[in-house]
Amino acid sequence: MPDNDDNLQGAHVELRDIAKSFGGTRALEGISLTIGRGSVHALVGENGAGKSTLGKIIAGAHVPDDGQILLAGEPVRFASPRDAIGRGVILIAQELSIMGSLTVEQNVFLGVEPSQAGFQNRRELRRKYNELAASVGFALDGGANAGSLRTADKQKVEILRALCRNAQLIVMDEPTAALSRPDVEALHAVIRQLARNGTTVVLVSHFLGEVLELADQVTILRDGRLVQTVPAAGQSEESLMAAMLGRSLDAAFPPKRPAAADARVVLEVRDLVAPGVNGVSFELRAGEILGLAGLVGAGRTEVARAIYRANRVHSGTVTVSVGKEADNRQIDVTGSPRTAMRAGVLMIPESRKDQGLLLGRSVRENVSLSTLAQVSRAGMVQPGAERRTVRDVLTRVDARGGGQSARASSLSGGNQQKLLFARSLLSDPTVLIADEPTRGVDVGAKRAIYELLTALTDEGLGVLLISSDVEEILGLAHRVLVMRGGRVEAELDGEDATEAAILGAAFGATERGA
Amino acid sequence: MSTPQAATPAPEKPGNTAKSPAGPGARSLPGAGFLGQARQGGIIYPFIVLFIILAIWKGSLFYDKTNLLELLDQQSSTLIIAAAGTMVLIAGGIDLSVGATYALCQVIATKMAETGSPVVAIIVGVLVGVGVGALNGVIATFFRINSLIATLAMSFVITGVASLVTNGNLIIAYTALGFANFARTEFLDVTTAAWTMIGVVIIVGVVLSRTILGRYMYAAGSNAEAARLAGVRVNWIKLATFAISGGAAGLAGIIDASRVLSASSQNGGTALTFTVLAGIVVGGTSILGGEGAIWRTVVGVLFIAIIGNGFTLLAWNPLYEQITLGVILLLAVGGDAWSRLRTD
Repeated sequence: MPDNDDNLQGAHVELRDIAKSFGGTRALEGISLTIGRGSVHALVGENGAGKSTLGKIIAGAHVPDDGQILLAGEPVRFASPRDAIGRGVILIAQELSIMGSLTVEQNVFLGVEPSQAGFQNRRELRRKYNELAASVGFALDGGANAGSLRTADKQKVEILRALCRNAQLIVMDEPTAALSRPDVEALHAVIRQLARNGTTVVLVSHFLGEVLELADQVTILRDGRLVQTVPAAGQSEESLMAAMLGRSLDAAFPPKRPAAADARVVLEVRDLVAPGVNGVSFELRAGEILGLAGLVGAGRTEVARAIYRANRVHSGTVTVSVGKEADNRQIDVTGSPRTAMRAGVLMIPESRKDQGLLLGRSVRENVSLSTLAQVSRAGMVQPGAERRTVRDVLTRVDARGGGQSARASSLSGGNQQKLLFARSLLSDPTVLIADEPTRGVDVGAKRAIYELLTALTDEGLGVLLISSDVEEILGLAHRVLVMRGGRVEAELDGEDATEAAILGAAFGATERGA
Repeated sequence: MSTPQAATPAPEKPGNTAKSPAGPGARSLPGAGFLGQARQGGIIYPFIVLFIILAIWKGSLFYDKTNLLELLDQQSSTLIIAAAGTMVLIAGGIDLSVGATYALCQVIATKMAETGSPVVAIIVGVLVGVGVGALNGVIATFFRINSLIATLAMSFVITGVASLVTNGNLIIAYTALGFANFARTEFLDVTTAAWTMIGVVIIVGVVLSRTILGRYMYAAGSNAEAARLAGVRVNWIKLATFAISGGAAGLAGIIDASRVLSASSQNGGTALTFTVLAGIVVGGTSILGGEGAIWRTVVGVLFIAIIGNGFTLLAWNPLYEQITLGVILLLAVGGDAWSRLRTD
């Protein structure tokens, strides 16, 4: 519990026993904390620890299921972000909302433009903008086109927009994630400036160095629960990371059977360069689950998409070795997903709704889509053959509910994911890339997907598993690659693969495995 | 579901919905209820009601073999274009250039038939349509220009080219009687124009409901990115639908030219384009792609046709026909959007 004396004077926001779930998954539970006025308060934790959700709750973008929010000692319940803005609380999200076709000053004063009889008063707008920019020390031309600004300057526009709406509390979600080094410095100066002027800043960040440099208080979250809120002054990166660790194992994993050491290499990636991927090389063996860990934005999905040729690839080779005869097939740099599939690589994409399923179509059509030729004669789909094939593969992945004619949209998240597994299996892949295969599925379905992955490796498939859940990586993968900044930061094997080591590498700590 | 496999799928029959992939799915959808059912059946109920009303209306000449066959004959060209247009919509595109392509192919074929072989004229005319459609497809897919704008712009270009071919004059081929046989010959009391239409409708129906190509069209329109990642060559599939649409528009234009042995670059145009689109949409094929069926288009086009026929036969004020059509179109699109909102 926070110190009571502390609250009396400077408490800007107080959270009491906040809980939030998303469709059965607990995101936050029993969060109580106090944020002092004019302070910089950081929220840290692993992927999925709930820090972004908490930031959004403070800013009114999410409504908590349970608990109370006190703003300046007064209980509030924000119905919408707009409601929160009215009370001086503003969220600057990861995805910036800048109107590219308007000028900087128009963006800043959007919706609150100085006007006379319905006409915009440009001179007044310029004067007010300059005044505002000067007050925080931003040198940003108000007449410039906002769309052509660099990300750091766009962020400044968002901050100015917040300030001109009298923001007293600004929640920033990963403000420096997309910034280059000098821009990061600039933004840090801005955040310090804001705090000096009495604005409270809630900083959600992956970067522990940044947190230590800027924050007065740090709240550490783990698994949706609050571990502790401590003054940043006494902390180090190591002490913060230690507090993030040590999650309880709540989903049981099937026993790991190590891949034979002499198992042949089924996938060889050499010097892969693509958007978000800066020279990645690795090998994957038959019967092996290779975990790809790292923070969100570290380039894991980009690697998967580059291998599968879902994104354009600049250079590097991808070689697949198919069958007992080790028939080596290179995937052409200019290839498409279709090329990759033919070479024996299949990918289950990150977002099953946007990139995986035809939600409005039937289960059967979804499953057979990639392999229609197998159940067709002269271009005509044979209904009987198709039904049998789909039925068999659905049994294999243990998908239930609805029958083959049900719309994919009517299935649960876990079963939808299994449809994608079923579709991939029909292609008889050599390598399967599963990008966040358990995201948003319930515990039972998770377990089923784990068993499926293990069963597939027993059959000799090589699996590249991407997951933001470190526990999942540790529970399933034989070997772990940790990514950071589009590169492989560390390769961890056997005993070395610990949560501490993975997090250490993911956060870029100098001492690996500390 | 257990409908025995008929030799020819009769796409006009609503009973076929059960075999079309979307049919049974919606039934098992929780909460779809009456709305879902109404959406599945869609236009067929108002069509039957209107048909019966017109048939039993006192003194009406509607339910009469000659009238009905003539109606079918008149709708041949619209239905041919609409059948192909259904594919374009299902694959997630839209083709606003069909009225212009209709005119271009008609003037080219008629001009050729004036002096040369009617068979060659017809083949060349259709191929020009396919070419124009393929160009639409390339612009709309590989150049990534929204198909609505791409085909709208192309329609001006195509109309312009057609006017160049005719020098702005009516092209007359009264002497080319062989050319006239193409649409006017009767077989079993039904004109060749109508037979051609029936053939096109059946082929389109089979492609959509039975072939890999058809599946890919639904997939491309349902979720293009997912289809691409599943190995479907989405751009080529979309391009194919535009090429088919262009070819169908050309065929329709030639049929109508063969009827009257004349052609003009001013025929068809936006009026035809929008009649075709209205028919497809009233039938219940979604403008958002990924859903639809050929029988819907057939019923939709015929529904609009019998409204017009009814107004004429019963001597109602034709001004109200336009208003009626507009309201029905709004109801169809609104109903689609609303039921999506409720069921998805």
